[in-house]
Amino acid sequence: MTSVTSPVAHAPNERRRLGALVWHVGALLVLAVVLYPVIWVLGASFKPSKDIIASLDLLPTKPVWANFSGLADGISGISIGSFFSNSLMYAGLAVVGVVISSSLTAYAFAKIQFAGRNLLFTLMIGTLLLPYHVLLIPQYVLFRNLGYIDTLVPLVAGKFLATEAFFVFLMVQFMRGLPRELDEAAKLDGCGHLRTYWSIVLPLSRPAIITSAIFTFINAWNDFMGPLIYLNTPSKYTVSLGLMMFRDQEGISNYGSMIAMSLVALVPVVAFFMAFQRYLIDGMATSGLKG
Amino acid sequence: MTLVKEAPARPAQKRSAAPVAGRRGRRRENLAGYLFMSPWIAGFLLLTAGPMIASLYYAFTSYNLFTPPKWVGLDNFTTMFQDPRWQKSVEVTLKYVVVATPLKLLLALGVALLLAQKRRGQALYRAAFYMPSLIGASVSVGFVWRALFSDGAVVDRTQKVFGLDVGGWIGNPDYVLYALVALSIWQFGAPMVIFLAGLKQVPQELYEAAEMDGAGPFRRFWNITLPMISPVLFFNVLLESIHAFQVFGSAYVVSDTRCGPADATLVYTCYLYQKGFKEAQMGFASAMAWTLVIAVALVTAVLFWSQKKWVHYEEAAK
Repeated sequence: MTSVTSPVAHAPNERRRLGALVWHVGALLVLAVVLYPVIWVLGASFKPSKDIIASLDLLPTKPVWANFSGLADGISGISIGSFFSNSLMYAGLAVVGVVISSSLTAYAFAKIQFAGRNLLFTLMIGTLLLPYHVLLIPQYVLFRNLGYIDTLVPLVAGKFLATEAFFVFLMVQFMRGLPRELDEAAKLDGCGHLRTYWSIVLPLSRPAIITSAIFTFINAWNDFMGPLIYLNTPSKYTVSLGLMMFRDQEGISNYGSMIAMSLVALVPVVAFFMAFQRYLIDGMATSGLKG
Repeated sequence: MTLVKEAPARPAQKRSAAPVAGRRGRRRENLAGYLFMSPWIAGFLLLTAGPMIASLYYAFTSYNLFTPPKWVGLDNFTTMFQDPRWQKSVEVTLKYVVVATPLKLLLALGVALLLAQKRRGQALYRAAFYMPSLIGASVSVGFVWRALFSDGAVVDRTQKVFGLDVGGWIGNPDYVLYALVALSIWQFGAPMVIFLAGLKQVPQELYEAAEMDGAGPFRRFWNITLPMISPVLFFNVLLESIHAFQVFGSAYVVSDTRCGPADATLVYTCYLYQKGFKEAQMGFASAMAWTLVIAVALVTAVLFWSQKKWVHYEEAAK
């Protein structure tokens, strides 16, 4: 093979370079369309209100800070920080709940041979496909009768009770992939399940747990319907409700601050995404595919 | 979905080599199993199974939260089927599902094919394409969408260049739903990543053999790629259509909390929310919810039935 390369190798080499060029042009075109709204909101947040809709420029001609400094006043007496700390509280509790309850449940499904496991596993998977809306009203009635309206309890109770089937499934798939010799050795050494879970399976399942934690954080941060239904007092509002309130109060007249606040609300999600995107994307892909 | 089918207990795992001795050991394993999954069991009974039974009951009652539910038989369902706004919500939702799901999957597959080639900067592209999937569900992006598609804004002006004048999609009942469709398509990252993982598992030898036989790129795609990734395609079709049936936040935010104008974005869950939480008609809303469950179950069943015809599992080939 090697002896004939020099005269012929030229053409494939050139063709390969052309292929790479075409590929990058195609990928960049898609990228431009996909990132357009993100760059637009970045630019718009520095435009004067009247330019935001009317101006076609992607970036501001003369950047202004007014949109951001306006946020310091808050919305009808409630500071922006209040919305953020409420959201952080919600997302933080959700993460703790999902990590603890889902990993315990997943350990049982993946590592313990108990009667009825397959039936329960099928039920758990079934809840993945169940439209959430059928539970919405009775859950609301339940939490209302228990006196938990206008608290975080209805929003996070499910997280502590492993109702997020997707994450349980993801962790089960991951734990099943761990070498069985490890927990069998632990058992021979006299470890009980609690010990095996805590010292062996949990540390090794870190990728699946981190993926679940990040997804939980982002979902809770973006959650809109839950807070919309359960929270009534503006001082308890999360960022998504704060944004809606902002829109109602200020409307079109203060478009600039609205866009600025939208951008600020996106910051935690985008930061998390940037920091952990490898975990997120691989976790997403493997959860659907591991055998 | 392949995995969901395989998942319950692999045969090899069934008889554990570990010394679980006799009946006592088995009983102890059972106890441990149920203790470990007690959060899930509590959650399932309290927040899933219980509420399902309750909502089934509410569906046959008139219930406004303040007075006890009153049994009304099938009244909610007969009123519902004759309700023009309910009919409209079904129409809007079906239109959304049928338009958004295939377009989103097509784009996801297209980009996945692009990214499946080994090129420089691939990981960066992959991350950038995935980002909308994470922020797309937020109220922030709903606002951005309103701004981009409103009268006189970017999309409107771009259209005018091509001689189309609709005065912004947001205010136009004929177009506003497509702004939501666009928002859904924009979030193609999740199915794209799943397609990518599927594409990685296609054995390269198949392509090499096909190329030797003189098969062009289109034939290779049609006869190798598509059948090989059909389980992944099935998984994506199932999940994305089920999600599309349940769209709420974007419809509520983009179309100004009233799911309009003229009920043009009155997706099913938006009407359910209005009925249940604005008008306190919990019975009617529960009847709506159960109708949605049945519709989703039917779609799932049809998809599972159809997969025999077009989904190729490797086990079946052996």
